[in-house]
Parts: sequence; structure tokens; C-alpha cells
Amino acid sequence: MNYQVMIDSLPDLLGGALLTLELVALAAVVGFAVALPVALARLTRRPLLWMPAYGFVFFFRGTPLLVQIFLIYYGFSQFPEIRASALWPILREPYWCALIAFSLNTSAYTAEIMRGAIQAVPRGQIEAAMATGMSRLTRLRRVVLPQAMRIGLPAYSNEVILLVKASSLASTVTLMDLTGTARTIASTNYMPVELLTTAALIYLAINFTLTRVFKGIEYLVSGENRAAVNDPLMQAGLNDPDALHKIAEK
Amino acid sequence: MFDLQGFGPTLLVGAWMTIQVALTAAFFGVLLGLGVALMKLSTSRIARLLGDIYTTVLRGVPILVVILLFYFGAISAVNALADSLGHGDFIDINAFVAGTAALALAFGAYATEVFRGAFQAIPKGQIEAARALGMSRFTAFRRVSLPQVWRLALPGLGNIFLVILKETALVSVIGLEELMRKTEFAVGFTRQPFTFFLFAACLYLAMTIVTMIALQWLERRANRGIAGGAGA
Repeated sequence: MNYQVMIDSLPDLLGGALLTLELVALAAVVGFAVALPVALARLTRRPLLWMPAYGFVFFFRGTPLLVQIFLIYYGFSQFPEIRASALWPILREPYWCALIAFSLNTSAYTAEIMRGAIQAVPRGQIEAAMATGMSRLTRLRRVVLPQAMRIGLPAYSNEVILLVKASSLASTVTLMDLTGTARTIASTNYMPVELLTTAALIYLAINFTLTRVFKGIEYLVSGENRAAVNDPLMQAGLNDPDALHKIAEK
Repeated sequence: MFDLQGFGPTLLVGAWMTIQVALTAAFFGVLLGLGVALMKLSTSRIARLLGDIYTTVLRGVPILVVILLFYFGAISAVNALADSLGHGDFIDINAFVAGTAALALAFGAYATEVFRGAFQAIPKGQIEAARALGMSRFTAFRRVSLPQVWRLALPGLGNIFLVILKETALVSVIGLEELMRKTEFAVGFTRQPFTFFLFAACLYLAMTIVTMIALQWLERRANRGIAGGAGA
């Protein structure tokens, strides 16, 4: 192992890590937004709604992400109609194609997490909400979703970690994310082991930090852990946004 | 539905290679997971620490990076060894071995947690009863815990297999001629990326469906005679 090479490559690799984080953050936000309607559609009894949602989830969870990226990046170029359309400037860019693939992929997994979480909300609470005269939408907004978020959080944090790892596939469509940068430098200095090891360590650091942050959020939103209402740490956490990080660091 | 222009058989050969990679990785991954789970449950602090490092690293690093690391790492290690032995020619590494080893390691890391949960789910009273009958710790493990672990771990192992089956596509990056690589050849020849990648997607879906059916059958079999089990 040549440690000097590892240290020298660090600035470039951290630059690549920024693109990784950017892709993950955007895909997570878009994926979350797409997942909610898909999850709700999955839960209805109307075939016109749940069947397409089921097909969407089944396709994106049943095929490799690599196939999905290639299908979007290379696949669409097969049709002259698409190449002539207004969408082409977006669909020919590897950045947008990777982002679309990551977003749709994570939305399928997230939709299943949401579905499970929504179904886990105790039936009695929904009945109570109905009894107090809440409309469907109000019930969803004020009773079901807030609790579902809490129930689904541990599974969702796993999904975000998986997304960080999945984002390494951006390198297969020439993007200079963390893996892409490591591969590119390795192809010029012929030191793949050093560069890939450094990249692996950065991925570990990212995922370790994310795990801690999510644990902090779980702690903040879980009623059971907050049983001690007088806990000064919790008081701080509720009033001071920075306390989240302090708790996450613990 | 698909006009494969004569590439059908080639793609099926690739799919067969995909299945071989997935099954080989699963076989070694299960053994690895079982072994590391025992390390994590052991009383030895060093064994527990090693087990923790293994699962943390392998679950925190993208499989693509692990595959590349294995491939290039093995190449430089083997060639350095060959050089020192006075063998000057470049030696290439078998992509099947490097890719499958990386996938088996990843499988093992996830399987470790599944096995650990399964061992912990076995009622303590059973082990105590076995010990009270005079069985040694090892005999109690072999005759009481181990036979039950399979049943408890099967659903979790099945999920890991479904994940690894899809991750085999990444082995195409180091040149193994599995389904994805064969599809890329066909795309390069026919210039019809959408048709062929969609066909590959359908083959992966078909493999997923067959796996799910097989897992259901295995779970039913494993739960024979268990009250409340799926086979009851």
C-alpha cells in the first residue's frame, strides 16, 4: 500500500464525494415525493390505482439498478421521437439519467416502507379520528402520516444508506462521483487498490455519520424514549435544532 | 414482443452465468454468515470485534467498490507474487472468482445479522434442557440450535438472495460474461439499447419470480410440523 498516494488523492475524492452526496440528497427528496402517492395508490381498492402502483414497485424492486440506469441513459436514444423531443437535452445527460434512475428506484423501495408503516398505524386511532368527524384527508394528514413517519423511520434510514451505496453506479455512466473519481485516477496512476480503499473509507465515514444522524432523529421523534419529559437533554432537543447534532454525536 | 435478432441464445447463456454467480455467492455467503454469527455470539472479545468490523465494513461500502477492489487487488497481488518468483508475464484474474468472492462477502455480512437474530430467537429453555440432559455445549448447539436456525433464518436469507441476484449485474463491470455483459454486446451490435436492456430487465424479473416461488416452497418445507408455521 502506498499511503502517500492515498493522502494525495484525498482532495479529489472528497470532491467526488460531494457529487455522491448531491445525487443522494436529490434522489432521496424526489424519491420520497414520488413514493407517497405510490404508497397511497397501493393501499386503495381501486384496480386502476393499485395495479399500476404495484407494477411500478415490482419492476423497480425486481430488476438491477444498473439495468434501470442503462435503460434510461442508453435506451431512450433508440427512439428518434425522443431524440427530437424537448426532453432530449435532459435525457442525454448522464447526470439527469442517473438522478432519474436513482429517484425512481428509491421511490419504489420507499413506497413499500411507507405502505408497511401506514398499515402499522393502530386501527383504533383511525376509528377515533373518524368518530371525531375528521375527513379522509385530515385523518391522513393529522393522524396516519405523522405516526407512519415515526414507524417507518428505521427502515427508511436503511434505505438512505442503501441509496448512498447504490449511487456508486453513477460511475458506470461516466459521472465523477466518489467511485467515478477513484476509478478515473486509478486508470492514470495504476494504483486502483489505494484509490478504491480510500473511496471505501469515505463511504464508510458517510454511512457512519448518516446512521448516527438518523439514530438522533429516531430518538427525537420516539415517544417511548422521551418518557422522561423533564430530561434536560430532550428539552434542549425540542427547542434547539443544533441539539440534534449533539445527540447524534453521543 | 422482442425482436432479438438472433441474440436470444447468447442472452440465455448469460442468464445461466448470472444464476451460477448468484448461487455460488449464496452458498459461500451462507457459510460465512453462519461462521461470523457464531463469532459475534461467542464470549471471545476478539472474535466479536472481528465480526463487528467485518459486517460494518461490508455493509457500509458499495458492492461495486468491493468488486473492483477484489479484482484489481487480486491482480496486483498475484502479479507482485509472480514477479518476485521471476515470472515476468502479466497474469489476468478470473472475473468469476473475483466477482463471486466479493458478492459472497457481501452476502455473508448481511447473513450474519440474520443468523444472529435466528440463534437469539431460539428459546433459552431448550438449550438449558439440552444441557440438563448432559449434552456438551457443542452437542447442544449441533443437535438443538443448528437444526432450528435454518427455519428461522430462511425468510431473511431469501431476501438477501434476491438482493444479491440483482447485484450480480455489477460483475459485468469487470468483464464477466453474465446477462448484463451479453446484453451490452447485443446492444453494441444491433444499436437497439431499449429493446435489449428491457429484455434483460424482464429476464431478471423472471429470475426474481422463480426465486420467490422457490423460497415459498422452501419455507413451507422448513415449517412442516410447526404449530402456526406456514406449513401447518
